[in-house]
Amino acid sequence: MSQAGRTFLLWLLAMLAGAAIVWNSRFTADMSFFLPSHPTPEQQVLVDQLKEGVVSRLLVVAIEGGDSRQRAALSRDLRQRLLDQPAFVSVQNGEAGGQQADRDYLFKYRYLLSPGVSAERFSSAGLRAAIGDSIDRLASPAGMMLKTLLPADPTGELFELLSQLNGGAQPNSSNGVWVSRAGERAMLLVQTRAAGADTDGQEAAINAIRQQFAASRQATGLHATQLLVSGPGLFAVNSRALIKDEVGRLSLISSLAIIGVLLFVYRSFRLLTLGLLPVVSGALAGVVVVSLAYGTVFGITVGFGAALIGEAVDYSIYYFVQSGNNGLAAWRQRFWPTVRLGVLTSVCGFGALLFSGFPGLAQLGLYSLSGVLTAAIVTRFALPHMAGPETRMRDLAPLGRQLQKILGAMPGLRWPVLGLALAAAVILFSQRNMLWSPELSALNPVSQADQALDQALHADLATPDAGYLLVVSAADRETALQQAEKTAAQLDRLVASGELASYASPSRFLPSQATQAARRASLPQDAELRRRLHEALSDLPLAEQKLGPFLADVANARQLPALDRQTLDGTSLALAVDALLLHHATGWSALLPLQPGEQPIAAAGLRAALGSSSALFIDMKGEFNKLYNDYLHEAMLLSLAGFVAIVALLGVTLRSLRRLGAVLLPLVLAVLIVIAGLHLLGERLHLLHLIGMLLIVAVSSNYALFFDQAGSQQGLDPSTLASMLIANLTTAIGFGTLALSTVPVLHAVGVTVGPGAILALLLSAIFVPRGSDR
Amino acid sequence: MIKQLCSALLLCLLALPALAAFDVGQLMDDLAKHKGGKAKFVEKKYIALLDKPVVSTGEMTYTAPDQLEKRTLTPKPEILRLDKDLLSIEREKQKLSINLSNQPEALAFIDSIRGTLSGNRAALEKNYLLHLSGNADKWVLTLLPSDQKISALVLRIVVSGSKNQIRSIEYLQADGDRSLLSLEPSEPK
Repeated sequence: MSQAGRTFLLWLLAMLAGAAIVWNSRFTADMSFFLPSHPTPEQQVLVDQLKEGVVSRLLVVAIEGGDSRQRAALSRDLRQRLLDQPAFVSVQNGEAGGQQADRDYLFKYRYLLSPGVSAERFSSAGLRAAIGDSIDRLASPAGMMLKTLLPADPTGELFELLSQLNGGAQPNSSNGVWVSRAGERAMLLVQTRAAGADTDGQEAAINAIRQQFAASRQATGLHATQLLVSGPGLFAVNSRALIKDEVGRLSLISSLAIIGVLLFVYRSFRLLTLGLLPVVSGALAGVVVVSLAYGTVFGITVGFGAALIGEAVDYSIYYFVQSGNNGLAAWRQRFWPTVRLGVLTSVCGFGALLFSGFPGLAQLGLYSLSGVLTAAIVTRFALPHMAGPETRMRDLAPLGRQLQKILGAMPGLRWPVLGLALAAAVILFSQRNMLWSPELSALNPVSQADQALDQALHADLATPDAGYLLVVSAADRETALQQAEKTAAQLDRLVASGELASYASPSRFLPSQATQAARRASLPQDAELRRRLHEALSDLPLAEQKLGPFLADVANARQLPALDRQTLDGTSLALAVDALLLHHATGWSALLPLQPGEQPIAAAGLRAALGSSSALFIDMKGEFNKLYNDYLHEAMLLSLAGFVAIVALLGVTLRSLRRLGAVLLPLVLAVLIVIAGLHLLGERLHLLHLIGMLLIVAVSSNYALFFDQAGSQQGLDPSTLASMLIANLTTAIGFGTLALSTVPVLHAVGVTVGPGAILALLLSAIFVPRGSDR
Repeated sequence: MIKQLCSALLLCLLALPALAAFDVGQLMDDLAKHKGGKAKFVEKKYIALLDKPVVSTGEMTYTAPDQLEKRTLTPKPEILRLDKDLLSIEREKQKLSINLSNQPEALAFIDSIRGTLSGNRAALEKNYLLHLSGNADKWVLTLLPSDQKISALVLRIVVSGSKNQIRSIEYLQADGDRSLLSLEPSEPK
């Protein structure tokens, strides 16, 4: 077998092995791309909430169109249909039936649940005060609703329980179901069985809602109505579809454009095919390495392939164009070291990302690094064998000679460019505090329209945002509940002083066994209760004989079995408890969401108020932004480290400060001008623009190195110059395609590196060392 | 003598249409001229369960046509505010607001007060049959719910007053309990 055949066979085998690995890889497009790989305890809570938490399982469903009666009918019908589906844990639409079970539970167990129940309350004086309050309450229209309960609940325990629940505003109702604030939509709140991180499960649930709505609309004949769905699950599903769609679209655009350029240059399908071998190898190797290293490949990583294609194709362009005139041996000796150095600077740039705690970034780094390295190795060692000596292509020297003419005039632009770069530096320095977007949401692929709809629907339902959380952890459920009760007692003081508007706690509906026992023990025996009641009622306008139901209920409460989680089954309170009381590998955690008062919650003040409590305070939004800022700081350090590595590599290879300076100057100026330009164009700069800055240097070093080589050796020949232009064009196409993306991560890199690469070539030409202009 | 008697009778007969002219329409016109004001109130709720009525006192402020504030001072402070269709209740740090446009029954109940205060006959007749007795100086307007949903809550509302001032509102609830709200204008406009 010929050497070309053997090499091809080896290459094919490697590709097949790679394809097999890719075939078995797991691809994901969920938010774990953004979640920290080494979370702090606070961040862990955040991550758990995002992946598994109840908020991540909630979908808001709205019905629009028709009149309010029709929407209400549809809302009821849809609820019944969804309740029959296994995909949903709960479906609420404000129907009275849904809340009756809750009221029954609260009323039946009021003497075990009410924080008002204590020995003092059941003394004569305590009874007198509590019953007196209940009677006073009858003066108010709000209290009149409790009038019929007075004989059974004269101490107002149910009122006590319900007023705890009224922390947040209730959704509006019309025709017996929830409606939006303005009344133009019927609202439902659906909790999926699938966790928020289970995008397939979320997609199935959302499809089930859509199907059931369509069926319901069909059955009721209300065709003028439409369905709106929103929530984290929908965001995940939409983002995945978006990324999937973009990966295909961007790769296609990038490939077609680059193939077009190569066909124009090579005028040969054979050379085109050969030239694409390193690219295909690199793209495949990137996915294989990421899959083997991480187990899961992010969709965004694959989307980065569009840029990789543009970068990896450069090596074969250099090879074909430069070896065409000079032969293989001369290419290896004269040009390969420069190409190799360019590859190594790219590796330094991408390699710096490997150390990021931001998993998405680390994966992008590993993917690009392995892709570029593979493409270069295939170009150097496999391509020459497979291509054979027949690599003669169209002579690019005429193009090169034209370029040389242009090049001759370029150094005249040095001072204007330096002036421009200086202006860019001044702009960046003077506005350095407003350059970077401080929020992780800048990376969020969810569209503005979707976010706005989500906000509107949540406002309609008056659902409180999960902004602040206290987390108490313990080895077992009972201890976790006891600690939650202790913390709740401290929070009560903050609510009383107005620092907090309200809070929630699982112990509210499921008190610890200890608290239940204490409450039960404070209920007096029948004869004793009658005696105290007699005393208490002496100066109240309520006759003793009317309180028969009260005596019976207290006697009954003394016999009631202790409440446990099963007792709550069938009520929506069970969901609340499940949401707030979490079982995990190391034990139990109770979550206490806090609603701030007039002022936002100050972490320091709250911790002081909680004293020795071990409760962990988490400001979700703050934690997100802290997470992002950590990423940003880390990315700055990594970019700097990557840059230093590139400088060191170039310094060691070039062994001349002057040459090093000449190579770096155009690259640094290109970065300055691009970033200032983006800022002036109103682009919100974030972490990925920063990474883009590093990549400009890493990817564009080749151009400066070729000019440097030309300066130190016999000058830049026309075909080398042409090869640089073409390689630059393909790189700019590859990265530029990413700029078309609506996924912020990809867009930012594209919009930075695409123009950056072109500018770097131009500036390298402008700042080419004197004396070697020709 | 007979002549005099006849003329007196004639006078009476002539006067009758004038007396009869005090009908719902005229009362509504009078009430509509009232642009608002403050009144002290005493409300007594007679509840079958209790031996004595529950008494609350406070101040009511009305600003035509759709703002009403009932500020209870005893036994427990409470503020009930009605601004157009938004009803809010503040009591012991708790704040509750209800949009009445979504609660037809509550709206009908509120309209009995608001419609009377503002002299809005159409709003009153939407949910109640009106019956007026007395004269402009001392009138009694009885509202009987025409809708079953409302009569399940309240059987009868009796508003009495003098000229364009309301002096008392009595609610007779379906369960037999009743409440009587007496008003004493403090700064009539």
